[in-house]
Amino acid sequence: MSQNAVDIRNLVKTFGGGRNLFGITASQVQAVRGISLHLAQGETLGIVGESGSGKSTLARMLVGLERPTSGDMVIDGKPWSVLAETGPRAFGRAIQYVFQDPVASLNPRKTIGEILDVPLRLLCGYDSTKRAARKKALVDAVQMPADTLERYPHEFSGGQAQRIAIARALAAEARILVLDEPVSALDVSVQAQVLLLLQQLRDDLGLSYLFISHDLAVVESISDRVAVMYLGDVVEIGPAAQLFASPQHDYTRALIASAPRLATSDSLI
Amino acid sequence: MTDMSLTPPPSRKRRSNWQLLMANRLAAAGLFIFGLIVLIAVLAPLLPLPDPNITDQPNRLLPPLSERHLLGTDHLGRDIVSRLIWGTQISLIVGVSATALAALFGSLIGLVAGYARGATDSILMRFVDMLMAFPYILLAIAIVAALGPGLLNALYAISIVNIPFFARNIRGVTVSIRNREFVDAARLSGKSHAAILFTEVLPNVLPVIVITMSTTVGWMILETAGLSFLGLGAQPPTADLGSMLGQARAQLFTAPHASIIPGVMIFVLVMSINLLGDGIRDVLDPRLRSGALDRPMPVTRIDRRTTPPAKLTDAPALVVDGLSTGFDTGDSITPAVRDISFRLGKGECLGLIGESGSGKSVTALSLMGLVASPPGVITDGAVYIGGEDVLSLREQQLIGLRGARVAYVFQDPLTTLHPLFPVAEQIAEAVLAHNRVGKRAAMARAIALMNTVGIRDAESRAKAYPHELSGGQRQRIGIAMALANDPDIIIADEPTTALDVTVQARILELLQDLRRERGLALLLITHDFGVVAQVCDRVAVMKNGEIVEQGDTGTVLRAPQHDYTKRLIACVPELGEGHGFLDRVRPLFEEART
Amino acid sequence: MTAYIGKRLLAAIPVILGLSIIVFLVMKLIPGDPAQALLGSYATPDNVERINRALGLDRSWPEQYVIWIGNLLHGDFGRSYILNRPVLDEVLERFGATLILAGASLLICSVLGILAGIASAVRQFGWTDRIVTFFVLIGISMPAFFLGLVFILFFAVQWRLLPASGMYAVYGGGDLLDLLRHLILPAGTLAIVATGVVARLTRAAMLEVLRQDFIRTARAKGLSENVVIYRHAFRAALVSVIPVLGIQAGFVLGGAVYIETVFQWPGLGQMLVKAVSTRDLLLVQGGVLVAATVYVLVNLLADVAQAMLDPRLKA
Repeated sequence: MSQNAVDIRNLVKTFGGGRNLFGITASQVQAVRGISLHLAQGETLGIVGESGSGKSTLARMLVGLERPTSGDMVIDGKPWSVLAETGPRAFGRAIQYVFQDPVASLNPRKTIGEILDVPLRLLCGYDSTKRAARKKALVDAVQMPADTLERYPHEFSGGQAQRIAIARALAAEARILVLDEPVSALDVSVQAQVLLLLQQLRDDLGLSYLFISHDLAVVESISDRVAVMYLGDVVEIGPAAQLFASPQHDYTRALIASAPRLATSDSLI
Repeated sequence: MTDMSLTPPPSRKRRSNWQLLMANRLAAAGLFIFGLIVLIAVLAPLLPLPDPNITDQPNRLLPPLSERHLLGTDHLGRDIVSRLIWGTQISLIVGVSATALAALFGSLIGLVAGYARGATDSILMRFVDMLMAFPYILLAIAIVAALGPGLLNALYAISIVNIPFFARNIRGVTVSIRNREFVDAARLSGKSHAAILFTEVLPNVLPVIVITMSTTVGWMILETAGLSFLGLGAQPPTADLGSMLGQARAQLFTAPHASIIPGVMIFVLVMSINLLGDGIRDVLDPRLRSGALDRPMPVTRIDRRTTPPAKLTDAPALVVDGLSTGFDTGDSITPAVRDISFRLGKGECLGLIGESGSGKSVTALSLMGLVASPPGVITDGAVYIGGEDVLSLREQQLIGLRGARVAYVFQDPLTTLHPLFPVAEQIAEAVLAHNRVGKRAAMARAIALMNTVGIRDAESRAKAYPHELSGGQRQRIGIAMALANDPDIIIADEPTTALDVTVQARILELLQDLRRERGLALLLITHDFGVVAQVCDRVAVMKNGEIVEQGDTGTVLRAPQHDYTKRLIACVPELGEGHGFLDRVRPLFEEART
Repeated sequence: MTAYIGKRLLAAIPVILGLSIIVFLVMKLIPGDPAQALLGSYATPDNVERINRALGLDRSWPEQYVIWIGNLLHGDFGRSYILNRPVLDEVLERFGATLILAGASLLICSVLGILAGIASAVRQFGWTDRIVTFFVLIGISMPAFFLGLVFILFFAVQWRLLPASGMYAVYGGGDLLDLLRHLILPAGTLAIVATGVVARLTRAAMLEVLRQDFIRTARAKGLSENVVIYRHAFRAALVSVIPVLGIQAGFVLGGAVYIETVFQWPGLGQMLVKAVSTRDLLLVQGGVLVAATVYVLVNLLADVAQAMLDPRLKA
């Protein structure tokens, strides 16, 4: 009945805690402690937090790379447990992931064409002519030249590699994208270009984004709503403009105060 | 943000693996000898050789160069040339097969264990540990003891004994590849685990398997020869090189040639394989290829086109004049930074800003000759500290200035602090390097410095190792170390990039306070305009190894002159700008495309 | 530290148990029926069954293993039917000689290998490096059993400098000096290959460490090049060299088999080769087990030494 792209209720993830050979319990780390949030259709939800806040763990659970300890997730109308039973392809068709390090996310020994071919074949089930056409269209959609397909990942810069990684995520024709620090590894000018591309793709294709970043200004520039994570909890969530203008939680305030900005230069010196 | 500027750019002309291998003279020699041996061994049935097993008692133990027996005969009068060639054939076949078997099973175990992780990994690796827990050859001997002596059994024994070696190596590589994001990406593209293991992971592990094989095959030949030497391998009348040597041993004193010839043959064969194997390893290991394993010299090589004056009068704390640094690629020097000039006064802070590859770190490291060399070379310019050109100093004098007058704070304190020494000891070391004080006094100074940089419970944290501290605390240790000898100048190379924003704010505050209190000249290298705006009096903008613009921070930020600076500043999103940021930058890139 | 040593000791127990299982299974691989072999022409079905029951061979393998390991723990390794004496007595008597040989070689290869490796890394691509690399290559390509023969030929036969075989002179020997004279050739031969391996890995470890960021930090502090290399770099490199020394311990223990055969050194290796050719399986089993257990303990020592150097490993 839900119209939301993603619904998360009381999600918990605990690492460790297993027993070793001598029955001694290893120390536990609660990476995510009972998060509830939703992502509406066509919306961009920004998630900010520092290292250890659990934001990447949350993302990895959403796409099925990590199994939640407890709690419910509904992705594109399908419960997480059903997707998990159907296997990785069910996840891939519903939700895709863009990684922080674009170079590490492309296999150095495969051409871009080979990399893009996999989701088209396995997730969409297209025949080879259809795949060839789709690959050209995808490369074009991320504003890369057509000869990209025959080349290897090391021939591209970080920004170009991230475009290719986005093309791969789009290839699966999933409507939901989890973007895990997609511009953090990029230089500022490239960062702005990738953000523009992401915005355009979202508007053209009607995608929903879960946009994770530690950079407040970047998150604000693209998100409709923002959730602030701290030590595995969502401490504050709200419309982007409102949250940054009048933060309610102490931690949010501290984050905003710490963010370096251009405008303060005169006041300091 | 990763700064790639420290690794030299790949050489223009890419040479094929084969060309690289042949360029290595030793490897080429190895390949030639090995190829010759293999050729002769393969052609053994076609060569006009006497039967290696025909005995001829009257002609026993003939010396080399005898008539009809070029290398003489053995204790049963058999022709040594013939036995040598046939024996080489057997040794080669057994050694190579043993390597192939060990590589196949070992790699399979390693791949599966490294990829599956968890319980499968534990069980497989415990099994491998058990095999490894035997002193090398003893397990092989136990296996041969059980199966009975014989060439085939020796082959099995040697393979089994070598499986753990492959399994461990391959598992290590598989684990590191498994953690790369493209494996997760392939999973999300719908690939099954088996498909990922064999089509995504295996191609990346293959070079390591080849390297491991090429460096162990010689070893395996030695070991099978060893078992045969002991009489546990090849059984008469079949003879491999090891058993020839073993049988001739009894006549060592009367007819040494019968022992020495097969021994030398084993040595030459194994040596040629090892030369070739090392060559293959050098070609396939990207780190060896890029020179990333060259030993860096204490001071960057200085090879200046011009000789600038050694002294400047009336100079501020730091003057950099026309500095150029490049990377030696063997054929030529690729410039990394060109004609860098700036001045920095006492108590002042200059920001050096640029994107990755702009050469800002190379500039920072060049000042005290810390660019890794090879391949770094300082090709021109001067660096005046207190009016004296440090690049004209003798090596020992320059080293004496490091940490005393000019100190560095580096980017990631987890990798830049020594992992095996307690933190206070590392600070004290900096004190001791420049002062004639006792160890105890240096430690006291270290703890005082830890207090200065705001580490609570400095006394008790003194014995902590870097990995026991948080990122922020580690960077405070890095700063304390820089302060150890009251330097005039601190060069901070991306000191907060590895830290969270809340921690970054506190570290920047600390640097500001220290600068004001001590009148330090601070050179801050960063990629973040926000950091520059907060901390620096003046800023220099770098692009492609050159400074394109410098001036007062406020002026440059408000009214940048150079197009590049304009564009760079325009691309920085400001908090509070909201969706307006993307609308603002869109025209910048649309112009560029049309 | 004590806790860490305790933990490692506990972890060594399953490894040693595993060793015993492997040895047990290897012995079970032996083709043919032991009772039949023992009885020869007297192998009537009745007799075979009686022998099987007497030896416990009618029980399941796990039961046989438990009985066997119980006996081992009581020091009962069985009797060698060729030598007609308890296996353990023979093994322990022989093992002393092997320990002297292997220990001396391990000492030589550790010291020489580490020194050569450092020298070669510090003067990378210089003459020292080339010479070391050349000798390393010869070392790892040379069959130890052949080198031993060549040494005998020259040092003992040609130049009559050193004894060719044995541990003590037959007449008038027996003192430490005599032992050392007999030790030089076999220990030197055994050490040459191991030295090559240690030198090569030390060189690689040093070069790897010298490129680390913390070495740049040490230089930025103004430390002299000697302190940078011998204190900062060597300390870090040693962490990866120590496990290699542990592995070399196994290598010299195993390599002793050849050397003892060539030099008639009255050790475990020589005993094992004889036992294999006479199919004295209980003796093989006992010898391998004792050597392997010692090797496990040596590696445990290496682990502890490594953890003492690297506090990160203790966690």
